[in-house]
Amino acid sequence: MDLNTVWFVLVAVLFTGFFFLEGFDYGVGILLPFLGKKDEQRRAIINTIGPVWDGNEVWMITAGGALFASFPHVYATLFSGFYLALILMLAALILRGVAFEYRSLRDDPAWRNRWDWAIFVGSFLPALLWGLTVGNLMCGFAIDAHMNYWGGLIPLLNLYSILGGLVFVALFTMHGANFLALKTEGDIAARAKAMGSKAWGLATALTVAFVIWTFFETDILTKSGVNGLIPALLAAVALLLSGWFNKTGKDGWAFIMGSLTVVFATVMVFAGLFPRILISSIDPAFSLTIQNAAASPYTLKVMTIVAAIFVPIVLIYQIWTYRVFRQRVEADPETLIY
Amino acid sequence: MDPLIFARWQFAVTTIFHFFFVPLTLGLSIFIAILETRYVCSGDEMYKKMAKFWGKIFLINFAIGVVTGIMQEFQFGMNWSEYSRFMGDIFGAPLAIEALLAFYMESTFIGLWIFGWEKLSKKVHLATIWLVAFSANISALWILIANSFMQHPQGYMLDPASGRALMSDFAALVFNPNVIFQFPHVLAAGVSMAGFVVMGFSAWHLLRRHEATFFRPAFRMAAIFGLIGSVLVGAIGHFQGQFLVVHQPLKMAAAEALWETEGPASLSLFAIPNEEQQTNAFDIAIPYMLSFLSYNNFTGEVEGIKGLVAKAEAEYGPGDYIPPVALNYWAFRVMVGSGSLMALIALLGVFLSRDHRLDERKVFLKAVTYSAILPYLAATAGWILAETGRWPWIVYGLLKVEQAVSPNVPAWNIVLSLGLMTLLYTVLTITALKLGLEYGAGAVEIGKTAVAADE
Repeated sequence: MDLNTVWFVLVAVLFTGFFFLEGFDYGVGILLPFLGKKDEQRRAIINTIGPVWDGNEVWMITAGGALFASFPHVYATLFSGFYLALILMLAALILRGVAFEYRSLRDDPAWRNRWDWAIFVGSFLPALLWGLTVGNLMCGFAIDAHMNYWGGLIPLLNLYSILGGLVFVALFTMHGANFLALKTEGDIAARAKAMGSKAWGLATALTVAFVIWTFFETDILTKSGVNGLIPALLAAVALLLSGWFNKTGKDGWAFIMGSLTVVFATVMVFAGLFPRILISSIDPAFSLTIQNAAASPYTLKVMTIVAAIFVPIVLIYQIWTYRVFRQRVEADPETLIY
Repeated sequence: MDPLIFARWQFAVTTIFHFFFVPLTLGLSIFIAILETRYVCSGDEMYKKMAKFWGKIFLINFAIGVVTGIMQEFQFGMNWSEYSRFMGDIFGAPLAIEALLAFYMESTFIGLWIFGWEKLSKKVHLATIWLVAFSANISALWILIANSFMQHPQGYMLDPASGRALMSDFAALVFNPNVIFQFPHVLAAGVSMAGFVVMGFSAWHLLRRHEATFFRPAFRMAAIFGLIGSVLVGAIGHFQGQFLVVHQPLKMAAAEALWETEGPASLSLFAIPNEEQQTNAFDIAIPYMLSFLSYNNFTGEVEGIKGLVAKAEAEYGPGDYIPPVALNYWAFRVMVGSGSLMALIALLGVFLSRDHRLDERKVFLKAVTYSAILPYLAATAGWILAETGRWPWIVYGLLKVEQAVSPNVPAWNIVLSLGLMTLLYTVLTITALKLGLEYGAGAVEIGKTAVAADE
């Protein structure tokens, strides 16, 4: 494998990690106002991701940084092209990050309720907008011969990509509910399970529609060479199993299968794109690929060495963190950390 | 409408807001780590209480620092896509490394620190806060390596086909001489800011006779912190200035509002620069002093703006090469003035906090409370000088700001995002200040883990 391919895979791995981890994070944020009836319940829900959400968000920052370092043209084209969508997402993420920290600083129900809705918006919007972005990556957008996209926000709001956004929201909500069923007790866990079952139905319906549309709208599942068909099938199997495990009360397995759904769906997208990263809908020759958009061989070599050393270290301490906080969080005012 | 001016404003707003919150976390994380070390070594519960109390102030700042940092990273692709295309090969690497080396570590271990008091052994818990302090400062190092490439590019070669700058020497990128000055300067600034914020809150409580046993030792430690930080920041800054006289002479000439070449050059103390007529309407100056500061001798010739502009035009072609002189002149004075005042106050603080009579020094304590604003003024002014003084270059000598902006983002998009972000930042900053003050002043109970000052 040449280094360009290595970095394509590494970027795909970073986005997979990001969607898997922030997926349940966003899901928990979306469900927070609905599953938590009392303050200590909401606090317990937040505390299931409290120690880890920040580390999860770094997956997105690192994915962005890695894109910048390894495929600077992709970084430039994508971020300037999706300008308004990104700004909206950043505003939402800013609100969300601050909300986790600030909600507890005043013991006032109205104050806390406001921040809880900020967490909801801050989780819902990024989920929707990432889905929208991925939808547009799959169907391509109007990139010109100089790698610039001039169309603004409106053409990005096509129905196919909006459906992609809704798939993300539904999948992440399900993923978050599965996570909460695993990490909470009593009332909340029961409500999370019921919600997980509903979200599973919605996610399955939307995903099926989206995959069928993808088959006709894009070449992600059909192009010759590497394509997304096999990971798409694996994602479908995992999704079905996740629903079945949810019904039979196997929370751990339901979460694992939901996670695999997210992982395989992301793999499907990147496999379908390869070796392109951004598809031009004007002319396939204008697409940004792992060759024409890449950093120099020297930079890729330096970055490969850095990544080979530090990615494993990051994985070790993040996995250790999840082990430290593996217990369920009780909605008990005596033990909750605010 | 020209998008350039709005993109520049957005860069300014993002950077200033971001750096309003970050330096405190650099120094305060070290401060808290020292407190917890004393707790673990001595077993004295008061140090644990102190670590938790200042930890909350840390977290209020950390939260905003993180989220404004995402904008700081992403704006290069959003507003400055041409910059990202032409410099991304070399500039993207330190940003990615920063995330990989530092952000992961900082955000993971801060989570462990907050939620791990009961779950981790004392020593492991102590290690988490030291790792937070270490990674916070490592992240500063990598972002400054990136900034130093913009200030003093090296380790690159220009690709003749595409005109892009390609990384040719990673070691030269990392060991940029600009970093050797800039990193310790920023680190010391963070330490001094932590010192002054802790001193400020402690003075406020001591004035009200709240828990003197809690706040008196904090004050003393913070005064030492503030003194070390502000003396170092000034000393390093001096050498950094001498480096810039050689490598970015126009920035320093603008910072001194020195229009004509002088040898020996005098140091201006108070001037009203007139940028249209390229002269100073009013000027009080100390003879020989600028030569001394620039070269360690009293006769060295310091080149003025007019001469330097002629040289720049000869080298790079005609164009506007004069940084905003009044802005740089005053930013420089605000920075140096605040820093000097801080060194003085911290010195007095160390001296006066030797014994319990500190509580009776009402005037001094009141002054210290207000002086917590000084490091913020200094840090903001410092970045204004560092970034606007580089005009017209986004990468010094290589790429002009006007060539770097995204061609495909219309002005109204930037205006919209600038408005949204400014509004959001303003609301959040006011909230952060209010919460910081409320909490630091002990007025709020935070759940049941609150360390109320009056308990």
